[in-house]
Amino acid sequence: MNLTQSIVEALESLNSNKLRSGLTILGIVIGVAAVVAMLGVGQGAQNTITSSISGIGSNLLFVFPGNMTEEVRNVQPLTINDVAALQDTLEAPSIAGVAPTISGSVTVTYGREKVTTSVEGITPDYALVRNYSVTEGDFINSEQQLGKASVVLLGPDVAEKLFGRKDGIVGESVRIEGQPFRVIGILESKGGGSFGSQDNVVMVPITTAQARLINRNHDEVDVIYISAISADAVNQASEEVAQILRYRHRTAIGADDFTIFSQQDFVTTAKTITGVFTVFLGGVAAISLLVGGIGIMNIMLVSVTERTREIGLRKALGARKRDILIQFLTESSLLSLFGGIIGIIFGWLIAFVIGRIAAANNTPFTPTIGIDAILLATLFSTAVGLFFGIYPANRAANLEPVEALRYE
Amino acid sequence: MSDCVIQAIDLTKVYSMGIVEVHALRGVSFCINRGEVVSIMGPSGSGKSTLMNLLGCLDHPTSGEYILDGESVASLNDDQLASIRNRKVGFVFQSFNLLPRSTALANVELPLRYSGVSTNRIERARKALEAVGLADRVNHKPTELSGGQQQRVAIARALINDPAILMADEPTGNLDSKSGKEIMELILSLNKERGTTVIVVTHDPGIAAQTQRVIRLIDGKLEQPE
Repeated sequence: MNLTQSIVEALESLNSNKLRSGLTILGIVIGVAAVVAMLGVGQGAQNTITSSISGIGSNLLFVFPGNMTEEVRNVQPLTINDVAALQDTLEAPSIAGVAPTISGSVTVTYGREKVTTSVEGITPDYALVRNYSVTEGDFINSEQQLGKASVVLLGPDVAEKLFGRKDGIVGESVRIEGQPFRVIGILESKGGGSFGSQDNVVMVPITTAQARLINRNHDEVDVIYISAISADAVNQASEEVAQILRYRHRTAIGADDFTIFSQQDFVTTAKTITGVFTVFLGGVAAISLLVGGIGIMNIMLVSVTERTREIGLRKALGARKRDILIQFLTESSLLSLFGGIIGIIFGWLIAFVIGRIAAANNTPFTPTIGIDAILLATLFSTAVGLFFGIYPANRAANLEPVEALRYE
Repeated sequence: MSDCVIQAIDLTKVYSMGIVEVHALRGVSFCINRGEVVSIMGPSGSGKSTLMNLLGCLDHPTSGEYILDGESVASLNDDQLASIRNRKVGFVFQSFNLLPRSTALANVELPLRYSGVSTNRIERARKALEAVGLADRVNHKPTELSGGQQQRVAIARALINDPAILMADEPTGNLDSKSGKEIMELILSLNKERGTTVIVVTHDPGIAAQTQRVIRLIDGKLEQPE
């Protein structure tokens, strides 16, 4: 018997019991649809997160105090003096700009409107390093920094909440933690990132923040943002930062007491997290595919029992074990293949709907169903059909013709 | 001896059911000549079905030798037996055993599929159906045919590979007397035309009387050893 014939016969046989075949296929459809949808959603989430991280800027480095992978005793904080050392272009030729920040959470009020938001204490270099600009007014300048001026830049979300608009606000006065600040500019919108909106922020000179808003030890900073002179120089810049800080913190031997992160590191971390997430979701979905497979096995066993006489007859007419085996395996594989194809379509629909729901809830992301997910689902579901078909098919193939013919 | 298409030498068959051994055949030897029409008779439990299964290559004998059309088949494995059945044995069953979902043509064609014939299958099946007088029922399914017609399809199927022997197990058992008579006439005329050896297993002395020779079994032995 050649393959085409087996397929035609299997189709005839499946067709003769439409409801049963349909329900069996449904089991696989649900399994494959779940797997495809979950992989698509996971992949989409990953793409969204990594692209929003990439938006931070490809030549940016983050320096945090402390070591995130090893335990280090006597962690020295990052200070303004560290920042000054990093700004030395002879020691660090690959560094274009250095922007120390301290941050905290504050309540901002205007009249009766009240917003709780994060505050960043920044230097004028911040605009260059983080590639920020203002839609109106001016950025913080060095005079304001030296003079610990009570001036503030509002993020667009904060402006919207306090004033109900995003322009014509410069010159207004708001209160931060009860103290009056003059609004000198409105930040451009950076959009909603996966770590919360980057627009829900206010920025004040770092000196002002230290003196009035955020309680920090003298000269201490939370994060130093560093921009490399180019995207290619990021690794070089990272190495220079590490050498300077090791020298200054006297940690030339032993573990670093600071951590340097590049955008690439964030992307890698985010990919790891979303990867685990995707595998987990896919794994849960795979369980339903397994259940579908058991459904195939169940129905094939029933079918073998029902068709015992037919099997006996076929054997009497000269069918070898192989022929019977192939006949039943073809049937179970076809069941799961159809289930797989329909499941892919359904899974795609589900992922699409999830994307739409996410968009409606202001977290836009596009579920991505790659050709690899489709291939995987098709192969996997056919393999499920083959695997769960083997036992029933074997049982059919090993029936004794005499017994099978006598079966009532 | 040389013209024996079937030669059974001291065939025995023992079924073990748990600890009890059932001796279904206790040493049966006979020869059936090419072109002969023979009936096998015997009461229930005489080993009639067992003998038919052995002669039809559906089962292995416990001991003894069986030569079918010059080939010793007692020691062949299952797949080799399947091939022998396909080429050398045609079966006609009491309950027809047609595939209910397939047309008469597809049913008759079925053995050809298993023998690896890839050309002219449909044509050959159509000719076989013509030979049993069903040229106008080619595309009917078994449920659309009368019992007699179904048995004709089964006979066409049995003869499609031009086998050495035709094994008919109570071929008229499920038919009314008129169709039964027609079926026997058909079998006998095919024997005359083609020279196919025919073995009919039956209870019916009337059927047995139409055959050239009767092999009677009692308690697993031949009643009149030859």
